[in-house]
Order: sequence, then structure tokens, then C-alpha cells
Amino acid sequence: MNSFFKYFSDIFHGVKSLLIGMSVTGRYFFSPGQIVTQQYPENRKNLQMFERFKGEVIMLHDENNLHRCNGCGICENNCPNGSIEVIPARITGEDGKSKRIIDKHIYHLGMCTFCGLCVKNCPSNALGFGQEFEHAVFDRSKLTKVLNKTGSSIIKGVE
Amino acid sequence: MKEIINLPVSKIDEEEYHINMGPQHPSTHGVLRLVVSLQGEIVKNLKPHCGYIHRGIEKMCEKDTYPQIIHLTDRIDYLSSHISNHAVCLLVEKALEIEIPERVQYIRTIMDELTRIQSHQLWWSSFGMDLGGLTCFFYGLRDREMILDIWEETTGSRFLQSYNCPGGVMQDIHPNFQKKVHAFLKTFKKKIKDYDRILSGNVIFENRSQGVGILSKEDAISYGVTGPSGRGSGWSCDVRKTEPYSMYSKVQFNEVLRYECDTYSRYMVRMQEMHESMNIIEQLIDNIPAGDHSAKMKAVIKLPAGEYFQQVESARGELGLYVVSDGNKTPYRMKFRTPSFSNLSVLDHISRDMKIADLVAIGASLDLVIPDIDR
Repeated sequence: MNSFFKYFSDIFHGVKSLLIGMSVTGRYFFSPGQIVTQQYPENRKNLQMFERFKGEVIMLHDENNLHRCNGCGICENNCPNGSIEVIPARITGEDGKSKRIIDKHIYHLGMCTFCGLCVKNCPSNALGFGQEFEHAVFDRSKLTKVLNKTGSSIIKGVE
Repeated sequence: MKEIINLPVSKIDEEEYHINMGPQHPSTHGVLRLVVSLQGEIVKNLKPHCGYIHRGIEKMCEKDTYPQIIHLTDRIDYLSSHISNHAVCLLVEKALEIEIPERVQYIRTIMDELTRIQSHQLWWSSFGMDLGGLTCFFYGLRDREMILDIWEETTGSRFLQSYNCPGGVMQDIHPNFQKKVHAFLKTFKKKIKDYDRILSGNVIFENRSQGVGILSKEDAISYGVTGPSGRGSGWSCDVRKTEPYSMYSKVQFNEVLRYECDTYSRYMVRMQEMHESMNIIEQLIDNIPAGDHSAKMKAVIKLPAGEYFQQVESARGELGLYVVSDGNKTPYRMKFRTPSFSNLSVLDHISRDMKIADLVAIGASLDLVIPDIDR
């Protein structure tokens, strides 16, 4: 007799638990509350990333095409996987002394792991993180970038 | 040299046949290959083959300085990346005997617990999906998104943050951080009730998990199954209680223990741990003291020659770090004791004489992360 009742109570509890689960999914089906899915390619124009978002490493330039990098190479030493190459050059300054400037700041995006050590350790705050995140390209060589823009020079007063 | 034999048993029974579960199988959650000997539908023997995602992280650590090692530990156990970062920082700070600001300890503990919650959320999602409930996957990932947004705002990354650095954290918390964590706690307390209504009380789920994959306490200890999987067998092995670090000695929380020893009890331990983690965050989030977000550190960090060990409680068990330093800026040898590797070793033992469909449930209840196994 006991097993007889157990048989039917098991069926009853089984159906009840399924209905409880269905009530949750049904509630979300008819009143989803907030919609979390983003319509990504369509909302590109007003898509706003967070300000600290690590999209890619960039060199910060002001409106006069001036940057703060003096080519010291601390970022290159701090990079764990060699994604930064600093090629410095020497010029003769106004006072006649030989001075070290940046010639090419090469950044291999394909090797970067976004650990943030280069940005954190830069003594003159020349580097930062950009917001760009659509990095897909057809050719791997396009992932190697020169960070200092052509014709740019160092801000006066930064050594 | 002995020949490496791929077949799992020396005596091949004619009734038995061997199938490869993985390396590309949806329920192994990564590239794990399990060679299963079957008799009909019954699992007779199981041999895990590791190494498909071996990257040599321990060896790579030997050429990196201590701040550089942190970004590699993200990639060991990608679901508890913040906790692995924390372990390296604790080890370096212990070796150098540095005093860490209290603000940093608060931030790190909150981040650790957020990591634990999101890891358990993803585990819950994939557990439901492995047993055929695709709804769980959507609901779990929907709620996990809130934590990822909190991280993205503060650390700049959603997944592999590298937020800790020796002596502190990379940046101070974002002004919105506390507000958003409060909003998350408020929302998730409602949503976790849905989790119980959908999966925990479901008759299909109960029948597939209760009494399946029995792991006794003695076996859990002898195999070294730590974390929620070990606590589901009644083994009190929470490093946060046994060897408290950061703020864990000052907050009130319970170590969740269950004694049924089956898949369902391992499931319930993790569900309960999410409540405990929210409890810890609630105690800390309003009391973050003002101060610096990093202690003063030397530009080049050199550990004094010697051996160091640090253990932390990651989302799936005890993560141990063992470093031999010869006084240089790079470690001489670095060894990770990762929880998933030990947890995998018990899979053969507890899935014997079970059905192959139960193997999926057992594997999901151990919450294996494959890069954590292979390193």
C-alpha cells in the first residue's frame, strides 16, 4: 500500500516541480523586465565603452600632434611578451647637447595580452588605452602599429 | 623507454569497447580527452588524457619578473583569475614583508568574492546545459553580465583583469563601484531564487544527481579533492577558514558543508556558497576605508633567496603557489598546485559502474576548468 501511495505522490511532486520551473520561464517569456541583449552591429554609432576599457595601447597625442614619449624604453622592458619595440633616435638639441627622442614606437597588437604594465609604469604618462575593439583584419601584418603619429614631436618640458 | 599505450586497460575484454569523450566534446568544457571503457552503457574504466592545452606557464614564469607573472596566472584558471592574481601578490608581499593598506585588502576581498559568484554562476549555467536545460545557460549568463560590467568599469577588462599588482591594485575603484555592487546584490538575491525553482527542485535534475557519483570523505582527502567538491563530501577544507588571508579573518561567514557525498550535495554547496559570498560582500562594501590603493614598492622586485608557499581558496578549490627564489628578479622555479588537476584525478574513481550519462553529470559537478589542469 505504501509503495502505491509513493508512486502517485512521486508523480504529483514531479509534475509540481516541472510546473514551478515552467512558471519561472513563463514569467520571463511574457514579462522579460529588462532586455540585456545588445543589438551590436546596429548600435555601433551610440555604443559607449567604459572609460577604462582596454581596447588597445595608444600613445596620447594632443591637438598640436605632440606626445610625451621620450623613448626611454621602460615600457619595452616591462612588457611580458615583447609586444612593444622602442626605436630611439638621437638629435642635437637647442643647447647643442645630444638628446634621445623616439623614432618609432612599434606595438604588436597580436601579441598583446592587455596586462597594463606599460601604461602603469610609463614615467611620463605617454601611453594610454584606446576604446577601439574591432581588431579583426585579414592580414596579420596590419596588427603591427606605429604608435607615434607621423610628424609628431615631444611636448617641451617633458624629459 | 616504455612505450606510451593509449588504450586504457592491459587486459582487453571482448565485451568492452573504448570511446573517446573529447577532446572536442561540449560537456568537457574544453579540450579534455577522456578514454572511457564501456560495457554496454556502464563505465568500467576511465583514463583522462591531459595536455591538449598545455602552454608551459610554469616554465614561462621563470623568465618573467614577479609583476609580469600576474598576467599569466589569469590564464591558468580563467574563471577565478582575480583569485590567482591575489595569490601571487600575497606571496610576494609575504616574502618582502610589506604592510598592505587596509583599503587594498577590502578591494581584493570584494573582488575575490565577486569572482567566486560569477564562477559559480557560469558553473550553474553549464551544469544545467549539460543535463539538458538550456534555459539555465541563458539565465546564468544574463546575471553574470552584471559582474562583468562592474569589472569592466573598474579594471578595464571583463575576463582576464590583471587587476592586482604586488603591493596593491592597478587602479583605484571606480566611483560607481559601490553603487553597482549594491545593485547587483539586490538583483541577484531575487534571481537566485529562480535558480532554485528552475533546477534545484526539478524532479529530472534530482533523479539524475541524487545518489550519483558518491565520493566519500576518506576518498576526498586521499585524492586531495578540495573546494566545493570536497566540502560536498563533508571535508572542511576551506582555506579562507583554515589559513585566513586578507579580510577573511575579520568577516563573518559560514563554511558550507554537506554530507550526502553525491553530485547533488556538491551542487548544493556551490548554490549555498553564492549566498555566503554575497554575505561577505555586504559586510565589506560600505566600509571600504579611505587611503592609498597601493603600497610603495621598489621599481624592481627581488625576492630574498629561499622557498615560499602561499595558498588561497579559488572558486574550485585550493590553489597553492610554490616559489624557489635565488635572489634574482625572476623566480628560479615556480610550481602551481591547481585544484582542477586533483579534482580530475578522482573522476575515474567516482564514475565507475555508473552510466555514461551520469559521467556528464559527475564531470559537471566537479567544475573542471581545463587550462587549470594542463597549465
